Amino acid sequence: MSDNNWPLYEVFLRPRNGLAHKHVGSLHAVDDEMALQNARDVYTRRGEALSIWVVPSRAIIASEPGDKDTLLEPSAPERKPYRHPTFYDIPDEVGHM
Amino acid sequence: MAAAHYRYLLRLADNALVLGHRLTQWSSRAPTLEEDIALSNMALDLVGQARALYTRACALAGDGRDEDQLAFLRDAHEFLNVQLIERPNGDFADTMARQLCYCAFAVPLWEALTRSRDAELAGIAAKAEKECAYHLRHGSEWVIRLGDGTAESHRRMQRAIDDIWMFTGELFEVDDVERAMIAAGIGTDASKLWPDWSDTVGEVLAKATLRRPADGWMISGGRRGIHTEHLGHMLAQMQFLQRAYPGATW
Repeated sequence: MSDNNWPLYEVFLRPRNGLAHKHVGSLHAVDDEMALQNARDVYTRRGEALSIWVVPSRAIIASEPGDKDTLLEPSAPERKPYRHPTFYDIPDEVGHM
Repeated sequence: MAAAHYRYLLRLADNALVLGHRLTQWSSRAPTLEEDIALSNMALDLVGQARALYTRACALAGDGRDEDQLAFLRDAHEFLNVQLIERPNGDFADTMARQLCYCAFAVPLWEALTRSRDAELAGIAAKAEKECAYHLRHGSEWVIRLGDGTAESHRRMQRAIDDIWMFTGELFEVDDVERAMIAAGIGTDASKLWPDWSDTVGEVLAKATLRRPADGWMISGGRRGIHTEHLGHMLAQMQFLQRAYPGATW
């Protein structure tokens, strides 16, 4: 394989079961059109998808791992347990929710 | 009539098998991982088409042979694919030029064959048309990008198109076998597919800023079993296992 300096794309597929697009991986491609084509060839070989999204990886704005304490830690379940509906008694007749 | 039908199916099947095998030769050698998988996918589509067509041909012949025997136990002169298909992979531009030239023909061919009076052939054609439409898109996109890319990619893509051009004429030939199949409503008139092919290829070449070669002398003979030396080498590799260990199974 030669050096691959092509732009990186992230691939999202909408599965057959009607759920939203889900991230499945990434790939290299020369441009948007080829990224879609490559996504089809690499990630939908077994009929996984009803729809494909490709997004240039550089377009994704991601949280910094070092930012976790400020950004995400305050809402950890141990610290804000009341945000989880675990304090209700569910009548037996309701069954599995 | 039955003999022509058999031969017609073999021509279609041999095109699919030989091109399919050529594409498998890219496995682990393609320029990128993504392209490696894409080429292998397309190879599998083509081998699948070949299997279905061989099976249909065997059912017609009823001589006890099966698809494997047709694929692995015939010599080069018994193969009826067009010479365009057997050309070596060359560089990536050569392979994409071959993909463009074959697929631009295969798409309207399969589309026409969906109306074949051979219901089984019509069914195979419906599936093959969709697959080849994608192969055409893939090949076209690459020809456009390489042609309209760097000076080096343009030069190599132009050379690939120039080299393959004299092999394209054979696709549209009509002989007695074809005429019998057209009359029977089983086959389609390949010569009538040329305008469609010419438009498709012309459009891609224009977008790719490539010069369309003049239609000069065209090579012929593959469909009568006359092949370039490359097919024998390819078959030697492809058929080795069944020749060395007859009847070996997976």
